[in-house]
Amino acid sequence: MAVISFENVTKVYPLPAGDVVALDGVDIAIEEGEFVLIMGPSGSGKSTLLNIMGSLDVPTSGEVTIAEKRIGGMDDDDLTLLRRDHIGFIFQQFNLIPLLSIVENVEYPLILKGRQNGTRERAEEVLRAVGIEKTHFTHKPGELSGGQQQRVAIARALVNDPDFLLCDEPTGNLDSKTGTAIMTLLERMNREEGKTVVMVTHDPRMTEYADRTIRLVDGKVA
Amino acid sequence: MFFSFAARNLRRHWARSALSIIGIVIGVVAIASMGVMGNSMNLLVANIITDVGDTVVVTPHTAIGGTFAGDPRTVVDAAIPAREVEEIRRAANPHRAIPVLQGADEVEFGRGESGYAQIIGLAPDDIPILLTIAEGQHLRQNQAGALVGAHLAREYGIAPGSRIAIGGEDVRVAGVLAERGMGFDINPDYAIVVPDGWYESHFGTEDSYPLVIVRVGDVDEIDTVKEAIESRINRREEVVDVSDSREMLGQYEEIYDQITIFLLGIGGIALVIAAVNILNVMYISVTERIREIGVMRGIGALRREILRMFLYEAAILGVIGSVIGGLLSTAFGYLISVVFIEVATAGTTFGENLMLFDQSAIGFIVFGMAFGIGTSIAAGFYPAWKASQLTPVDAMRQK
Repeated sequence: MAVISFENVTKVYPLPAGDVVALDGVDIAIEEGEFVLIMGPSGSGKSTLLNIMGSLDVPTSGEVTIAEKRIGGMDDDDLTLLRRDHIGFIFQQFNLIPLLSIVENVEYPLILKGRQNGTRERAEEVLRAVGIEKTHFTHKPGELSGGQQQRVAIARALVNDPDFLLCDEPTGNLDSKTGTAIMTLLERMNREEGKTVVMVTHDPRMTEYADRTIRLVDGKVA
Repeated sequence: MFFSFAARNLRRHWARSALSIIGIVIGVVAIASMGVMGNSMNLLVANIITDVGDTVVVTPHTAIGGTFAGDPRTVVDAAIPAREVEEIRRAANPHRAIPVLQGADEVEFGRGESGYAQIIGLAPDDIPILLTIAEGQHLRQNQAGALVGAHLAREYGIAPGSRIAIGGEDVRVAGVLAERGMGFDINPDYAIVVPDGWYESHFGTEDSYPLVIVRVGDVDEIDTVKEAIESRINRREEVVDVSDSREMLGQYEEIYDQITIFLLGIGGIALVIAAVNILNVMYISVTERIREIGVMRGIGALRREILRMFLYEAAILGVIGSVIGGLLSTAFGYLISVVFIEVATAGTTFGENLMLFDQSAIGFIVFGMAFGIGTSIAAGFYPAWKASQLTPVDAMRQK
């Protein structure tokens, strides 16, 4: 059963200088438990594809099904709840909330989901699983290294036990050693926990972690 | 969680938050203090003005005259002739019409002290209807004597049995009047009341009166009495002006209400300035946190939750500012009312046991606080709404 399915998906951005076709008739199916890379040159439509997979954006035409839900016709609240309940995001910039401590950042999606009890314990459990030491739990994101922040971001993405992880250049801001450690962690999540991982990257070395690679050129699957 | 977010963000930018709070404090204090001040004026006037709700006052008609007795524009020489007074008596029947003589003369109070005082001439029968004796006795028919107003008696140490000289004419003080306050008819607290016969022989008046007071037992009959006097006396031409104290009190209240509204308006302007400041602070807060909002939206925060988070920020600023403002207003309001009593009742006993800081003053403070909180939330609404409308993709793209 495909966790993510795109059927003839097109995304057009109307601009004053003329329409820009970011995705042009894309057909993709990502099965449960897969580790899929999306690669392509700048402007090929990778980010647009990831945004639509993450229900952060909607297609101009075509059919998108995420976690067995068709996103066509969904309103903003429905799309938000879909993200909250089924998708874990990992960004290049980590995007932790600076106001919150490390453990609160991880706890936040649980609270958004309306969970009342055990949120702190669950957040701490996931933080330990991604290799964050307890002494760092009460620190603010800015007090941690880039690699540690990305581990926290992974913990935040995992805490609600999502159907799949969407990663946007997760090692792009890290040195190669830290990047390797993060990729090893994601690989472990995929192999051992069975998490579906979809990752956008420029880095060809990442292919060694993935089951397959989808290449985009000019908004089309090459 | 969202409340905690809001509180933390305000703490993070504590200087900015403190300045916003100061703005609200000033606004709330201004609006509440102005309200309390207006209210104090109202209460003070209401306390000083004697309750003469059942009185109709007839004065000579003056083209430029004001609407109430004692209006400085009223032509002082004008008087109502005795025959018109008789007509008023008939028109007012069965209610009592009391003609009043008023003048001023030099009075020697003994102990070498003297000065000019108002002299009121009344028929001895009428005096108990209008005035109350605090000490001594009322005047009797065909007996020389005087009643001295409460403040005058206190100031010059006059007691029943004292002797004073009015215009060089020796008079024995029969009694001291009870304090009456400012009335729409007569103001005897600083005056000397003498029998009308004595007044006429002393001043040699031409049998005419500057004022006729009609005591109407039932306030519901006031309009009937007024109409009866108007139709009988002013049939051919305007000879007299007929007014009643409710009407005059109403005019006073209207004036003081307008003053209160004006003062509240000044406070309101201060609060509007505070609101603009909050709007500005909230706008900066939203602009600075666009990326953060994008992340929150991205990982599952609903639009209404973002809206709520920013509204909490505005509300926290409003509540803290309004509570501090409310406490300061209570202190200021109390001070204002104390100063008001001191200044406005200097030399009188009206201020004794008088408290102008009452429930209605508290009401103005509560109003000021509610206005402060309401204005803060209203000012925060637009930036909060703007924040909630950001799409996650656009917001996360912001650097």
